Amino acid sequence: MTIHHLKEDRSLTVVTLSLGKQVLAIPAVRLREILDPMPVTRVPGAGPLVPAVLNVRGTVVPLANLKQVLRIPETEADDRRRILVLDVTIAGEAAVVAVEADAVHEVATIETAIIEPVPAAASAWPPEYLTGLYRGGEGFVLMPDLDHILSVLAQRPMA
Amino acid sequence: MMDDMTAIFREEVRDLLESLERGLLDLKSRPDDMGLVNQVFRDLHTVKGSGAMFGFTELSAFIHEFETVFDKVRSGHLAVGPDLLRLALAAKDEIPGLVEGEADPEGRRVAILSGLHGLLGGAPVAEAVAEMAPAEAGPTGDGALRLTFRLTGAALALGARPDLVLDELRGLGAVEIAADLADVPPLDRLDVEACAFGWKMVLPASVTAAQVEEVFLFVDADWSLDAVAAETVETVVDVVAVPVPEAAPAAKAASPKAPVERPVAKVEAKVEPKAETKTEAKTEAKSEAGATIRVPAERLDALMDSVGELVIAEARLAQLARDLRDPALIATAEQITRLAGGLRDATMTMRMVPMRSLVGRFRRLVLDLSDKLGKPVEFRVTGEDTELDKTVIEKLADPLVHVLRNALDHGMEMPEARVAAGKSREGLVELVAEHAGAEVLIKVRDDGKGMDPAKLREKAIAKGLILPETQMTEAQIFALIFEPGFSTAEAVTDLSGRGVGMDVVRRTIDALRGTIQIESALGRGTTVTLRLPLTLAIIEGLQIEVAGEQYILPMPNVQEIVELPPEKAEPSRTEDFLDVRGGFVPFLRLRQLFDCAGTPGAGQNVVIVRAGEARVGIVVDRIIGTNQTVIKQMSKLHAGVRALSGATLLGNGSIALILDVGHLVGMSRQQGDAAQAVRQEVLA
Repeated sequence: MTIHHLKEDRSLTVVTLSLGKQVLAIPAVRLREILDPMPVTRVPGAGPLVPAVLNVRGTVVPLANLKQVLRIPETEADDRRRILVLDVTIAGEAAVVAVEADAVHEVATIETAIIEPVPAAASAWPPEYLTGLYRGGEGFVLMPDLDHILSVLAQRPMA
Repeated sequence: MMDDMTAIFREEVRDLLESLERGLLDLKSRPDDMGLVNQVFRDLHTVKGSGAMFGFTELSAFIHEFETVFDKVRSGHLAVGPDLLRLALAAKDEIPGLVEGEADPEGRRVAILSGLHGLLGGAPVAEAVAEMAPAEAGPTGDGALRLTFRLTGAALALGARPDLVLDELRGLGAVEIAADLADVPPLDRLDVEACAFGWKMVLPASVTAAQVEEVFLFVDADWSLDAVAAETVETVVDVVAVPVPEAAPAAKAASPKAPVERPVAKVEAKVEPKAETKTEAKTEAKSEAGATIRVPAERLDALMDSVGELVIAEARLAQLARDLRDPALIATAEQITRLAGGLRDATMTMRMVPMRSLVGRFRRLVLDLSDKLGKPVEFRVTGEDTELDKTVIEKLADPLVHVLRNALDHGMEMPEARVAAGKSREGLVELVAEHAGAEVLIKVRDDGKGMDPAKLREKAIAKGLILPETQMTEAQIFALIFEPGFSTAEAVTDLSGRGVGMDVVRRTIDALRGTIQIESALGRGTTVTLRLPLTLAIIEGLQIEVAGEQYILPMPNVQEIVELPPEKAEPSRTEDFLDVRGGFVPFLRLRQLFDCAGTPGAGQNVVIVRAGEARVGIVVDRIIGTNQTVIKQMSKLHAGVRALSGATLLGNGSIALILDVGHLVGMSRQQGDAAQAVRQEVLA
């Protein structure tokens, strides 16, 4: 999804969440459910980016580590930790993926006019993985390009 | 509503086209089989009829021409020949496009139609002569029926469609349909609302009055059905017998491709079987319609999913019942287990599809390829009724196309070379499908030139795929053709030879949890054997534990379980072999393979698994037991993890990963090679 797609509508409803100290926003239409932390099954040989699978109501759903992908430093987990189950498109096919968040904040409606493209010089995050960003109450809120991230992850070499 | 109807029509057309193609291909080998001709005609007629009903007029018009040709074949005026079949197959290929309303910018359809017209036109003299004979009853023979009918009263005004009635009668086998103009009044006395025409025709003897009555059920008409008098038939034979030999040379001159000199005796001889096949086919079709229901595939998938959930819930219930030790609960749980088992088996059976559904496509492929390559080939299929899970069947089409192409393009020699080698001119390609335990074997066998292991080896070395000093068995050398970028053809053709095909074959078969094996004898041919699991949905699994993690091994692959001798407990580079009753079996340590933390306790077990001909031992911490495993595919994000073929849910809701035995066996082979290298180093 490009920033232009996002700006086709005047406003956008997003879910905001924290990964480490960074705040991110994901379009609310993508969100299926938010789960409390639960046991996951390690997938040997899958690498640290998509390290495990979990059982979401009878379906086996992969768990992606967005912090690793976006190069956000780990912080200590507390009881605000949640698992978000998201509808995504991986290499053109609909799929369900779970991501861990250190905290989920709120569902908010933002004006798409405030979304800005990621400056190419913003070396803190891989710009190719972000659709855009906007200035929130406490600093920048990143909007990850989930479909692109996961399509790239599906291509990664595995054991 | 209309969309639903056209969807049904499309599906029907797809089935009919399949049947039509099969009929046409069978006609190639049995051109005189009137049963086949009738089947083809019936299929065409049905497509045309329902096409018209759903407003596909262009389609109907196209098929009408096509059908006319087969009407001529049916009535014995045209013989089935290679040209006719080629055109008919090409015409068949146009039908899906017509259904989808695609344009035909290259004018293929027109070309096909004019080709078909050419076939018809090739026999004008004979036809004319035959039509001159007043009651030409060649195809109907003794006891043929003559039907005359006339629309009465205000039938036309009430919407009767004589053309549809005639179509239906044609469906019953009517030939020599002619209009009866005797009662057409002079123009000044013509009543424009009444139908002054009558029709007469000859029906096969097998048609009953009841069938005719059915045709006229909704039409106001006077009709009569009489047996054609025996003496008339005799005179007819006389009449026909004289002109045909005369007509033949004339027809030949007009078009050498249309063999019309069909001896009348032969036509007569065909009469009885024809009538029989027709009735037989009719009853068959009727009983089939009563016994089968068409269900969209998604519903079957949904059912399978529910059954999968049920099996998992049932496992949980059984565990709870055991824990709670309540006899009543245990009894109920056992009953549920039985019922769930029955439901599971029934559902799996529903998903089974015979190989037949694929084979039609292959026959066509082989026919086209053998034409294109100039290599005459007989394609023999055995075990068309062998059933496989529908998902497996769907995914099997592509790899089999590659294997068949390879057999024809690379395996088969040119006819001259075959003759020089003392073989028959015509090659033989066989497709054999059969059950073997929980697996299905599909073999593609050709009697072509076979593969030369020495040549393959040289080539692999030249391509850098193997080292010159690598020791390999013949089977391993043949397996090289599945390596990406390996192609043995001297010339790259547009059919195969780019070295991509076989690579795809192995990937697909791997994904289906199957194995491939190649045997080849130089000069005598090659056999490619695909081994596939019967189903991809639920398997019997052996649950094992490694460092607290649960994994499943498919039971059909498990051969035996032995204890790991204490002296082998420590990992070693060279000694990871077990002596299992005189045979050496290499083994893999899952803990090592999966980077598990901690050290194993005492009493590890080795599960000996088999894939194809190879065996490998898998060292695990603990054997938990067997269970019904509902296979869930891994997502795209984990598709690259080759050691796993899927995941399943356990009774307690946690996930166990299913190990891919074929891949593990392959890994042990690589490791074995490495170990051998180490041993050689030590010895040197």
